[in-house]
Amino acid sequence: MTVAAELKDTSPEKLLAPVLSAFWDEDRSWTLDVYRRHEGYEGLRKALAMSPDDLIAYVKDSGLRGRGGAGFPTGMKWQFIPQGDGKPHYLVVNADESEPGTCKDIPLLFANPHSLIEGIVIACYAIRSSHAFIYLRGEVVPVLRRLHEAVREAYVAGYLGENILGSGLDLQLTVHAGAGAYICGEETALLDSLEGRRGQPRLRPPFPAVEGLYACPTVVNNVESIASVPAILKKGKDWFRSMGSEKSPGFTLYSLSGHVASPGQYEAPLGITLRQLLDMSGGMRPGHCLKFWTPGGSSTPMFTDEHLDVPLDYEGVGAAGSMLGTKALQCFDETTCVVRAVTRWTEFYAHESCGKCTPCREGTYWLVQLLRDIEAGKGAMSDLDKLADIADNINGKSFCALGDGAASPIFSSLKYFREEYEQHITGRGCPFDPAKSTAWADRPEVNA
Amino acid sequence: MTTSSSERGVSLGMPELPAPAYPDDVRVRLEADARDVIARYPDSRSALLPLLHLVQSEEGHVTRTGMRFCADMLDLTTAEVSAVATFYTMYRRKASGDYQVGVCTNTLCAVMGGDEIFETLQEHLGVGNGETTGDGKVTLEHIECNAACDFAPVVMVNWEFFDNQTPGSAKRLVDDLRAGRPVQPTRGARMCTFKETARMLAGFPDERPGAVEEGGSAGPASLVGLRLARGEAAPARVVHPRGGPHEEPQDTTSVDQDAEEGE
Repeated sequence: MTVAAELKDTSPEKLLAPVLSAFWDEDRSWTLDVYRRHEGYEGLRKALAMSPDDLIAYVKDSGLRGRGGAGFPTGMKWQFIPQGDGKPHYLVVNADESEPGTCKDIPLLFANPHSLIEGIVIACYAIRSSHAFIYLRGEVVPVLRRLHEAVREAYVAGYLGENILGSGLDLQLTVHAGAGAYICGEETALLDSLEGRRGQPRLRPPFPAVEGLYACPTVVNNVESIASVPAILKKGKDWFRSMGSEKSPGFTLYSLSGHVASPGQYEAPLGITLRQLLDMSGGMRPGHCLKFWTPGGSSTPMFTDEHLDVPLDYEGVGAAGSMLGTKALQCFDETTCVVRAVTRWTEFYAHESCGKCTPCREGTYWLVQLLRDIEAGKGAMSDLDKLADIADNINGKSFCALGDGAASPIFSSLKYFREEYEQHITGRGCPFDPAKSTAWADRPEVNA
Repeated sequence: MTTSSSERGVSLGMPELPAPAYPDDVRVRLEADARDVIARYPDSRSALLPLLHLVQSEEGHVTRTGMRFCADMLDLTTAEVSAVATFYTMYRRKASGDYQVGVCTNTLCAVMGGDEIFETLQEHLGVGNGETTGDGKVTLEHIECNAACDFAPVVMVNWEFFDNQTPGSAKRLVDDLRAGRPVQPTRGARMCTFKETARMLAGFPDERPGAVEEGGSAGPASLVGLRLARGEAAPARVVHPRGGPHEEPQDTTSVDQDAEEGE
């Protein structure tokens, strides 16, 4: 394919494909005016000219897969909504971006909120919903401010409300701010939270497509998934499929962070590699080398410099033993203590465990106790097997994916860095100097 | 989590009397707001999280009176409301400062310097995690990943972004907040108090003129990929304007830079 040929070219102009981020640098990029100047809401017009069923089939044929972590085909999620059942249908957008390392939806919503709103109107037309919700994590007030304004603009312009663009579609959109709980990124916990309850995951089945919000058929999609739909309608599914691979088509946002020369957002066809991203952006910070990284947030098993050429798409990352997740590429250099990193992530999972199921609630607690001891040089060699054993008792045995996520850093770090754990135990302490890892470590004048 | 009720100082004798209601004028005002919130949802209970933000905007934290108000408005028991209020970390359970300063100490920010910033601020302010300075201005806490890892290390004040912080810039930030000097986040609008922020979280838009525009279209890190895709050179390492040793005035610098990025 031409795409494969192009990918051999190493220039960023060839390797990157800004779509959602294409005009983030324009003045007032978040306004309806600027969005319209970039053919905003043209995808909606095309969608409304189709029948809802044809629209679902079109999105399914485009091959768009969920950008929130699991990679489930978006069109298939829509298709699962039973039609003619006489119940209200709901679309709930998961904007609870909280997975450690993940930072794509927040800049997207800050700079280009209308791409999400247009996608919402299209999706609601497809699944026959007249009420949609954006569940935004509460801790991002600048984004909330822009969403409030964008929704107001969309109502005034007739993209929301009654009889949208004369299509007969009525749609109400409610922006809902969460209140601080990582678990609410899990779709069924999110629904409980949106119903005004503690955010705890639900037993499935029934799946949200059958009994979701208020026990009615509900689609829960990630921000980036929905925001990608207007471009697919506007430019066509073949254009979308011309990027990425057969099973992982399209463009997506990669978020580079950590000890790299140029942290930030890089929108590219699926399948780009970390090596390509680092090569074009100045690599790791000067004088340092990559030690470990996550392909899609802390819940995806970590990689090392052996994995620089893994294609960052659903299949490629899966085949290498991890998950594409949220494409949050957190890169750590040789100054970073992997035990410290994993301990901190584990403290996070213990803090955020909702307490509903025993393996996760108790397991994450015990992992933290063991890891803190090891990091402080008070561990025993037998603790390493115990860590793996506890992680094994959480992984796949918890109510939801939070438990699996908590086990990922443990398994993967033991796999690649067991020696470093052993050093902490035999050396009775951490051999690393945290001061060398800081952003200003090589710029002493900054920390005045 | 494991603390028993007696350890928390709750008497096991006489049951606690119901919380006092809000004074009439406050109640009438809040009821009007609450009805507005409830109308957004097909089922009234969905309004509980926004209503807890609303009562927090009245008193700065979620009081028993606030929970009783939510329960009355939604036809729930106070126990049901309390169960929800205690689940979510954004609801404060005790009186706190005008400015909530949260230092991200999740792995990436911690490693990039968040731990050092948090230690520095604890020492500088003389308070521990979750504690408030004596003047009632600043409540310090460590927070989890706030979805800005490409701007690490990150500090949030009343849930506005202060990107690429250093121990020095963070100290100046809290000093400015305590002295009442104007403070501009790196992305987002000029600071308001915690109570005003809570009102936005309840779903009431920021009505300050120009607030939505402030902070530019996108932060510098959000644009590096776009710039490269256009054939522009890789940027030099992003250094936060507040990070310089003695730059003055830091806040204006940050605004100007964002404005340039927006062009």
